[in-house]
Amino acid sequence: MSASPVLSVKNLTTSFLVDGEWKQVVRNVSFDVHPGETVAIVGESGSGKSVTSLSIMRLLSPASSRIEGEVLLSGRNLLSLPESEMRGVRGNDVSMIFQEPMTSLNPIFTIGRQISEVLTRHKGLSKQEARAETVRLLEKVRIPNASSRFDEYPHQFSGGMRQRVMIAMALASKPKLLIADEPTTALDVTIQGQILDLIKILQEEEGMSVLFITHDMGVVAEIADRTIVMYRGEQVETGPTEDIFHHGKHPYTRALLSAVPKLGSMQNHAWPTRFPVVDMATGEAAEPVEVAGTITGGKTPVLAVKNLVTRFPIRSGLLSRQTGAVHAVENVSFDLFQGETLSLVGESGCGKSTTGRSIMRLVEPTAGDIQLDGYDVRRLDQVSLRGMRKSVQMIFQDPFASLNPRMTVGTAIAEPFIKHKLGTAKQAKEKTADLLEKVGLSADMAKRYPHEFSGGQRQRIAIARALSLDPKVIVADESVSALDVSIKAQVCNLLLDLQQNLNLAFLFISHDMAVVERVSHRVAVMYLGEIVEIGPRAAVFDNPQHPYTKKLMAAVPVPDPSRRGIRRGISNDELKSPVRDMDYQPPKREYREVSAGHLVQVG
Amino acid sequence: MPVYLGKRLLVAIPTLLIISIFVFSLQKLLPGDPILAMAGEERDPATLEFLRAKYHLNDPIIVQYFSWLGGILTGDFGISLRTNQPVLELIGQKLPVTIQLAVMAMFFAMIIGIPIGILAAVKKNTWIDYVANIVALSGLSIPNFWLGIMLILLVSVKLGWLPASGYESIFVDPVRSIQTMIMPAFVLGNALAATLMRHTRSAMVGVMNADYIRTARAKGLSPRQVVLSHSFRNALLPVITLLALLFGELLAGAVLTEQIFTIPGFGKMTVDAVFNRDYAVVQGIVLCTAVGFILMNLLADMAYVLLNPRLRATL
Repeated sequence: MSASPVLSVKNLTTSFLVDGEWKQVVRNVSFDVHPGETVAIVGESGSGKSVTSLSIMRLLSPASSRIEGEVLLSGRNLLSLPESEMRGVRGNDVSMIFQEPMTSLNPIFTIGRQISEVLTRHKGLSKQEARAETVRLLEKVRIPNASSRFDEYPHQFSGGMRQRVMIAMALASKPKLLIADEPTTALDVTIQGQILDLIKILQEEEGMSVLFITHDMGVVAEIADRTIVMYRGEQVETGPTEDIFHHGKHPYTRALLSAVPKLGSMQNHAWPTRFPVVDMATGEAAEPVEVAGTITGGKTPVLAVKNLVTRFPIRSGLLSRQTGAVHAVENVSFDLFQGETLSLVGESGCGKSTTGRSIMRLVEPTAGDIQLDGYDVRRLDQVSLRGMRKSVQMIFQDPFASLNPRMTVGTAIAEPFIKHKLGTAKQAKEKTADLLEKVGLSADMAKRYPHEFSGGQRQRIAIARALSLDPKVIVADESVSALDVSIKAQVCNLLLDLQQNLNLAFLFISHDMAVVERVSHRVAVMYLGEIVEIGPRAAVFDNPQHPYTKKLMAAVPVPDPSRRGIRRGISNDELKSPVRDMDYQPPKREYREVSAGHLVQVG
Repeated sequence: MPVYLGKRLLVAIPTLLIISIFVFSLQKLLPGDPILAMAGEERDPATLEFLRAKYHLNDPIIVQYFSWLGGILTGDFGISLRTNQPVLELIGQKLPVTIQLAVMAMFFAMIIGIPIGILAAVKKNTWIDYVANIVALSGLSIPNFWLGIMLILLVSVKLGWLPASGYESIFVDPVRSIQTMIMPAFVLGNALAATLMRHTRSAMVGVMNADYIRTARAKGLSPRQVVLSHSFRNALLPVITLLALLFGELLAGAVLTEQIFTIPGFGKMTVDAVFNRDYAVVQGIVLCTAVGFILMNLLADMAYVLLNPRLRATL
């Protein structure tokens, strides 16, 4: 590290104007990024990591934000440049890629135009030259048939391909520094692996420095030379990634690391295991506790799904005739017993959420048989359907969108109880108070509105609401995916406790392999609407048989810095689509029994 | 595109049929008997009966409707009871006048409303934004007729710059035609400009917060490129829908504006026809307006599809 740093941030403090007062959201952050180096800033939401990156680029609104300190790019202080000169830096010396590939590209311009804009703006290229260079860039980020895709629009690309387009745009002017703000967070895990590999390879080829913002310790371990840990606007620890992981000094660093679910950490556990409770003052983790024996050796499953098929018609043409179908769920069968957690795991579009919704009849299944707590779900009329929903409830992904902002949380929790006429208003109130205590909140919070709670608390409220009908089965659809790691650990522990106390059965829908490994008794891996492998958690994770299960597990970033050198072998595989023509006949599937209860699809 | 257009036109047919039923029943629902109005002082039952038979008013209502509809489809909108001219001919004379007024009013609304809306969005929560909002609100609150009269007083009577009233066909004397139309078009466009400004502002504010605008800024594009090319073209989509809906307001406003400036257009004809219970003319006007409204919305949808590549792909 003898060369002078590309980027040197000194005492960066950023304040936002909130209700007429300046509030510091980033305090005294200082770090260097050297040529060719990758530095990660890691932290949970509200830690100020994204604000730091936007402050470096000066992309915050000047009217409502104030940036103090120094940001030296090759010795030039960016904070004292006039705005017009700063524009010559953005996208030229420093470029940026963002979290949401679906919304970060302008929907009404071709991707070619959006990339060549950088070249005509900063490099003074003519339109033809810019086009040729853009095609070269698209090839560089491994977009197949680059030249023919120049004139296509963002909606014609998948999420992973859009992120490649963003990267091509960021590399167009050969920047000295690339700031990547959660670039893989919104992507599926196999696509995330591809994009991480791509960034690593391009960094070597171009010799640029990378400032990588993320909340994911697994990604940090794989990509960063040095790591900065941020907590509530402060830089709590900085150092080489290995040191941070193995000899973290700050309690928060250690707390963060012990809350991270690690794939493969369950090898010596027979039962789902609580996340260790971490003392935030010392950073010491308590011994993880197994939640044993919740399954009462049930003979009849509380939920039995046989040959479930759900398809969505695709219509086109003048008369909107059906021309095909999305085969969202194809011939899915499984049982779920009282007190058991069965996880449905897979990537976007694999049909895991549709399976959950079909079971609740939130979407109408096309065929199959669903037996739930004595109800023949597919043959229920509207009245008995309402009755059936007392037995099964759902918890959704986004705790911000799934609570009505104009309803107090007490009303929201009591509503199902009252609508199903399970008791008087007074009983509903008592029930609500009891439920709030059960999910770790206090009874007097019932009068508050959702905006007064944090994301984790809201998810607890959503759980309380789901419990208000005393259901036997809970469909948890990505219920912990949007939460920060420490909160995620707490909510998972809550679910495990509730399962133990109330003997609940969970259908746990998730894309997160590490969390699934932690909380499940059994696991079903879904791919293109079908279950390709199902079995006891230990059998599936320790002895995966189906190629897709193996691929999925290999793609999960593991928070272990010794894996930093790994390359997965770059591939352009996209997630396949389950859209089929009208005359498509789903192939007959055979399953092979690997061990007791562990089935894998063959052929 | 042809499939989409065909679909939209197919949908327009039932809409038009429903409107035709409504228009036809106007005649039956409105108070007053046109035969009595026609016969004037004469109240001889035999004459009244003769007139009723002549105009097929004794037939069952369904038969009356279909013979009326048949007439419409062959271009026979009936005869004005007052002037004895064919309705279609009357409309043909007045429509171009109002179209000119509407186009010029829309032009004023757009050149005032859209730029101010963009400016207010870019300068959100600054004094520029507040002033723009106050101007817009006053534009909405000031009644057409008051603004019209004040303008006549100031511009025509005091300053003598523009004629106070009258009309000249644009094909006969274009300069004079535009001169006479400037004030009415401005008055009519003024209220629309305010609505347009508010909607342009909110659409722009939404778009300027989008992730792709942050991307555009992170690329180092100039504010001009960010605002006009990346933001405005996206914000234009909802504004276009609004423009088509404002067309209805434009026609309603034209009725009053034409009265103030004594322009012999559609609006004035409507008022005259209603007062005289000239049903055939009223029916013709309502039907024409409905067709115009549907056409405007069809145009807006087409523009929407052309501007939005996502929709274009589904065609």
